[in-house]
Amino acid sequence: MKNSAFAGFLRWLDGDPEILLGAEEMTEQPDVPRDSQKQRIHHLEHVLKDHPLPVPRAFSRRNVRIFYAVVSVVCCLVIISCLLLAVSDLPRFGVEHAEVEEVTEKYVLDGLEETGAVNIVSGIILDYRAFDTLGESFVLFCALNCVLILLRTDSREEEHDISYYSLSGDDVLRKSIMFTLPLVLVFGVYVLLNGHLSPGGGFSGGAVMGGGLILLSTGYGGEVTGRFITERRFKTVCFIALSFYCLSKSYVFFTGANGLETGISLGTPGAILSSGLILPLNIAVGMVVTCTMYGIYRMFKKGSF
Amino acid sequence: MLDKLLMNYELAFAVILFGVGLCTLLFHRNMIKKIIGLNIMDTGLYLLLASMGYVEGAKAPIIEDLTNIGEVADYINPVPSALVLTGIVVSVSVTAISLSLAVRLFKKYHSLDLDEIYAIARRQEKEVF
Amino acid sequence: MEAFKIFLLVMLVACAVSVSLTKRLLTSVIIYMCYSLIMSIVWILLRSPDLAITEAAVGAGVSGILMLLTLKKIRRTATDDEAKEGSANEE
Repeated sequence: MKNSAFAGFLRWLDGDPEILLGAEEMTEQPDVPRDSQKQRIHHLEHVLKDHPLPVPRAFSRRNVRIFYAVVSVVCCLVIISCLLLAVSDLPRFGVEHAEVEEVTEKYVLDGLEETGAVNIVSGIILDYRAFDTLGESFVLFCALNCVLILLRTDSREEEHDISYYSLSGDDVLRKSIMFTLPLVLVFGVYVLLNGHLSPGGGFSGGAVMGGGLILLSTGYGGEVTGRFITERRFKTVCFIALSFYCLSKSYVFFTGANGLETGISLGTPGAILSSGLILPLNIAVGMVVTCTMYGIYRMFKKGSF
Repeated sequence: MLDKLLMNYELAFAVILFGVGLCTLLFHRNMIKKIIGLNIMDTGLYLLLASMGYVEGAKAPIIEDLTNIGEVADYINPVPSALVLTGIVVSVSVTAISLSLAVRLFKKYHSLDLDEIYAIARRQEKEVF
Repeated sequence: MEAFKIFLLVMLVACAVSVSLTKRLLTSVIIYMCYSLIMSIVWILLRSPDLAITEAAVGAGVSGILMLLTLKKIRRTATDDEAKEGSANEE
């Protein structure tokens, strides 16, 4: 009873900061000198390279490899032949199938009227299935966070940059980037903003803009892009874009509607300022994708912003 | 079966791409090859999915004549396109995560070969504990 | 158009197989980028321009760049430690 959570809570109320200290999980461990352990592992690696451990004959590396190869050939053949069998029974390619048409019919015929988007795919992913796309942006954000966790280098273990691998001093690259970069960025912005009128949208436009930033950072070094993309600005843009998307679509949870009525007028279809929330959502998604692509690139390249 | 496959050759190609990607994933011990194989598997799957929505002679799902939308059969099925769009973006995040894991493994074990990494890890485990 | 489509699909399979068969990692990454470009043309033939733009930007652009960067990072780590050549960096 003395160590229960409630007693701990009472002690915390009394001002004891370490409420779990008496419990058995928190008994003090002798401090393991991790560095010496690392050194030992390193030493063992060297010793074992010269004298490998004996392995039973049946499980020798060669036998295991042959067994693995045979099993994978069999697996591949079985899976491919099953899939080919299934495909040969599918309806003919390119011919309309009458029985799967209900959802499509709704989307194609009512889409323009209900969402205001001329591009039906854009209307689907940002209006009918906007929640799906919200999850997708969060997948991208999670990927960025994982890469940050895995590849970030501390200032302590500063990675010394080997300049002769870097292309950033190259004159040819710089000149060609000077000509192509404005085109790439303008094309990215065009694709991003016209997502509801023409093919494209948040994901492709964001990827093109991220590619432009990557190009700039390759040619002119990370300092140039680092001047206007600081870590703080990066975080702010990601946060604002994601929370805007989240707030503008998650009210559906509470109202329980199908999420199409936003209160914003849909405008005339075909105009750039039309189709309600799709344009701002496209911009939000594009910002997240740009930040993710550039952030992942920076993490792979340098390990910090 | 074969004549049906020949009629459905796009789908058959998609399945073959899937199979080639699967073989790359299974046969190679190099992690980067495995990741490329995974990506090829992905694209094969997307090709299959998007081919199911294709309608012969139809237009892309972008309405050109705003006054007259026309019939459903005038456009290809937009639902598989929307799903595949989601999939492509998810696959690039999977690629990024697996590549960064590969980089970390290389930093620790100095090898991209999964068998070698496994062997070293097992030896270390045996000796230390 | 039909013949062109079949040609592209055959090229796709050829690219996929040669990714698996090439020895050097750099070559296979570049072939994978070509594969993605061909795939984006196939998307246009399948009347999905959204997919084509996304595939060209994401598949051929960003994924390829990330793989190339991984190769570079790996080579740098290997030269930093003056480790044995071979095994991983086959290039």
